[in-house]
Amino acid sequence: MTTIQTEPTSATKTAREAPLQVEKPLLRRYHAARWDEPLIFQLDAEGHRGIAVPSSDESQLADTPENSFRRKDVPSLPQIGQSQVLRHYLRLSQETLGADLNVDIGQGTCTMKYSPKVNERFAGSGQSVDTHPLQDASTMQGTLQILHELESYLGEVSGMDAVSLQAGSGSAAIYGNVKVVQAYHEARGEGDVRDEIITTIFSHPSNAATAKTAGYKVITLYPDENGFPDLEALKSVTSERTAALFITNPEDTGIFNPRITEYVDAVHEVGGLCVYDQANANGLLGIARAREAGFDLCHFNLHKTFSTPHACGGPAAGAIGSSAQLAPFLPGRRVVKGANGYVWQVPDELATADIRPFHGVIPNLIRAYSWIRSLGAEGLRQVSEIAVLNNNYLLAEILKIDGISAPYAAGQHRVEQVRYSWSELTDETGIGSAQIGARMADYGMHYWTSHHPYIVPEPVTLEPTESYSKRELDEYIAALRNTAMEARVEPEVLQDAPHRSSIHTVDVDAMTDPDTWATSWRAYRRKYQGAEFALAPRWEPDGELPVRPRPPKAHHR
Amino acid sequence: MAQGTTPVHPYVPNSAPATKQAMLEAIGVESIDEFFNVIPEELRMKRPLDIPAALDAEAELQRHMNGLLSRNRPTTAALSFLGSGCYPHHVPAVCDEINQRAEFLTAYAGEPYEDHGKWQALFEYTSLMAELLEMDVVNVPTYDGYQAAATALRMAGRITNRRRVIVADTLAAGKRAKLETFLSGVLTIDFVAPRPETGRIHHDDVVELLGPDTAAVFLETPNMIGVIEADAAEIAEFAHRQGALLVCSTDPLSLGFTEPPARWGADIVCGDIQSLGLGLHFGGANGGFIATHDDERFVFEFPSRLFGLAPTRVEGELGFCDVAYERTSLAMREDGVEWVGTAAALWGITAGAYLALMGPHGMRTLGDTIAVRTREAMGALAEIPGLEVLHQRSAHWREFAVRFPGRKASQVNEALLARGIYGGADATTVFAAGSPDTAVYCTTELHTSNDINALANALKEILS
Repeated sequence: MTTIQTEPTSATKTAREAPLQVEKPLLRRYHAARWDEPLIFQLDAEGHRGIAVPSSDESQLADTPENSFRRKDVPSLPQIGQSQVLRHYLRLSQETLGADLNVDIGQGTCTMKYSPKVNERFAGSGQSVDTHPLQDASTMQGTLQILHELESYLGEVSGMDAVSLQAGSGSAAIYGNVKVVQAYHEARGEGDVRDEIITTIFSHPSNAATAKTAGYKVITLYPDENGFPDLEALKSVTSERTAALFITNPEDTGIFNPRITEYVDAVHEVGGLCVYDQANANGLLGIARAREAGFDLCHFNLHKTFSTPHACGGPAAGAIGSSAQLAPFLPGRRVVKGANGYVWQVPDELATADIRPFHGVIPNLIRAYSWIRSLGAEGLRQVSEIAVLNNNYLLAEILKIDGISAPYAAGQHRVEQVRYSWSELTDETGIGSAQIGARMADYGMHYWTSHHPYIVPEPVTLEPTESYSKRELDEYIAALRNTAMEARVEPEVLQDAPHRSSIHTVDVDAMTDPDTWATSWRAYRRKYQGAEFALAPRWEPDGELPVRPRPPKAHHR
Repeated sequence: MAQGTTPVHPYVPNSAPATKQAMLEAIGVESIDEFFNVIPEELRMKRPLDIPAALDAEAELQRHMNGLLSRNRPTTAALSFLGSGCYPHHVPAVCDEINQRAEFLTAYAGEPYEDHGKWQALFEYTSLMAELLEMDVVNVPTYDGYQAAATALRMAGRITNRRRVIVADTLAAGKRAKLETFLSGVLTIDFVAPRPETGRIHHDDVVELLGPDTAAVFLETPNMIGVIEADAAEIAEFAHRQGALLVCSTDPLSLGFTEPPARWGADIVCGDIQSLGLGLHFGGANGGFIATHDDERFVFEFPSRLFGLAPTRVEGELGFCDVAYERTSLAMREDGVEWVGTAAALWGITAGAYLALMGPHGMRTLGDTIAVRTREAMGALAEIPGLEVLHQRSAHWREFAVRFPGRKASQVNEALLARGIYGGADATTVFAAGSPDTAVYCTTELHTSNDINALANALKEILS
């Protein structure tokens, strides 16, 4: 009979010099998944199928008008079995570091908070997924009630009179606001005169870019030593040409501009409108609102403040809030409660064009609604209080790291995020923020710098939101501190970083010229493998058409 | 928990009193209120938000949400023939699984070092689309087909340096309005109407409008009443002869049936990827694609991000990078091309998985099935006295128009609804100039012959 030893023997006890270290340090010995996964085209195998679809007898088309349009060949897609497709994408997902896995506070301004799992059940429910936007309102009372109530909650949070849920993202909402501004001035016969929009360098680039796309001349204000533009600087550019001011508060520095009402008044004085980009609203829920500051329009990013997941860069959702005066210009349709339930309101004649198809990004509107209902009024305020507590805790601890600073408003508390600068460390070691970011990936942390241009030198923007525990914040701080230390003692480690990621440093310049770029597998085959494709008829420029000059190369980070 | 304080919410860990206290002490402040001192008194809210009390127990929240959603009657609990820009197609389970992966769902703007898998999945989406479209350059998705069409036309204006476009007036009302507003001040639009007898654009009508100032001709095929644009190749040829581009909006799923527009001369192809495994979502699931040939004049006019292959410092490793990032508003603010921001990336990844699952033969079979069902439904309805199936001699795919002489489509739909059928979209809700007696019916692989018979029988009853 065999005896199974269940107690450790004295021999194994003595073999270890120290007991097993169970507690982990804050700094992780992380390594990203590394599957070395081929491109999906390499999985192609003749005759394999990923899914079977309902078939029909295509000979029925023989004498129909359709017959002559039926293609003679099949699309040149790869043939792959179902589980092979699944396995391929799951490997790629493992090589992706979402907010569900990392302390995702390194993408400041983007409010990478927790997206509650329970909301996936509602957004993914067949009662929502399988509904059609044109089905009768009487068959959609649940979703219509959600939309109606979400409009009213966001109206209350902003203090604005009407809310449009149609925009598919923050930038789309900004564009929607630009068009409302334009329609308002046109309705007053001032459309041609008011051709300038003023914004600030610390507001999202889309404020400037959407205004320009809509035909405006853009005036961008720069900060003074307080971190926001001087009031006199604003006044010096307002005039009868001013269509609107698009401004964030706090801006990306996290500094609240206490004189915001005076800015709004200065623009109103010349007949311009004031539009509040509330990208950074997460620190202000139940604390301060657009209305009291006098804004005419505002927008929220529901994928930021209201928790809908960022989804690798969308789908997102934007909500526009407006004063009663501008409500008729809002895009899309509102839901109103009638005698027989919820119905779509007929848009006003003044309404601006739809920003997108139908009624908005419904799955995200459901998630945002559910998030608000889970928290209630007190919970929303708690979200902001703790987000601001977390931000100031992070600020206090990070300023203890040698080589990093928080430009502007020294000693002042910040609201939702802080744009820090590594310029002292860079001067000392030659290591810049981008290299620190690459190294942070080795510790399992996501790290961004800031929008371009880098007004704050060697920037990093951190936004802890309400979602992360103190221990998680301490982990991020420990990784930053360690990375700064490495920059001093072994800078070559950072120069080559990352070392423990799914891949190594990408040569971003090797394949980014017209002759070398490979924008698709097809382009790669043509340029690098000699593949030839049938010539199709296409437009050719006539000899006189000049090629526009290109700006110098730029990169994401 | 201290009396009178807000309970600790599971989403807000550091609201626990002990943690909060420790953090306040680390910062060196007495209370959270101190952080807000900088906000002037007159801007601060003096009362709680007027929002319903928290449903912080997940069980209670779920009960509330399920109660609301149960008041919807989804298309799966009825028999629906609605399409018109939001198309019912089967969503493979694998698409849902990939779309719901926590890593993809909650990632955002990471570099290849955090998010290598995301970059590869998006590169593969654009590459699979490139195969389907037979064009080398496809964008990381913009918001939707409306935006894709609007941007494609502005690209055409910039590429040709011309100020006028000709647009086939076969568009959804919302898309037409989007084009008008987005092109306003930059490009003038001449709309060309479809011929009433065929439901499609005739080349003579386009040629009449073409001139040396034409930047582009815009066609949508199949158009909003399901008609395949039969003159597309001739129109492209005429456009090219005048130095104008051909911009074509299409549903990528239709390319299982018809040839890709690049073959007959489209220079920019655009549209929505909703049909590629995204589902209906009450019209809230969209992604916009824009595709061109690999020509720098075109590439530098894309506002969206474009991903490309790149080497890394390790031999044999596959990397990805932005292509011509300096085009974008993220690099150049208002000096970039239009703007780029968060749009529809995960829908792109999902659509890529859909194309990988479908493969060449899945696409072909589905394309055929939809063509067969559409013609079958047209035939079945054409037999019914009191209605007229329009444009029967034109080729259709997935949709067709039905006229109810002397009746309103909305009244017919009301009667159908009473029988558990969501009838075709009332043309007045779909088109700017839609006639109240007309509806647009949609049939896909999800409809069986029995479904078509059930519709035909119901219409017979209603119209008799």
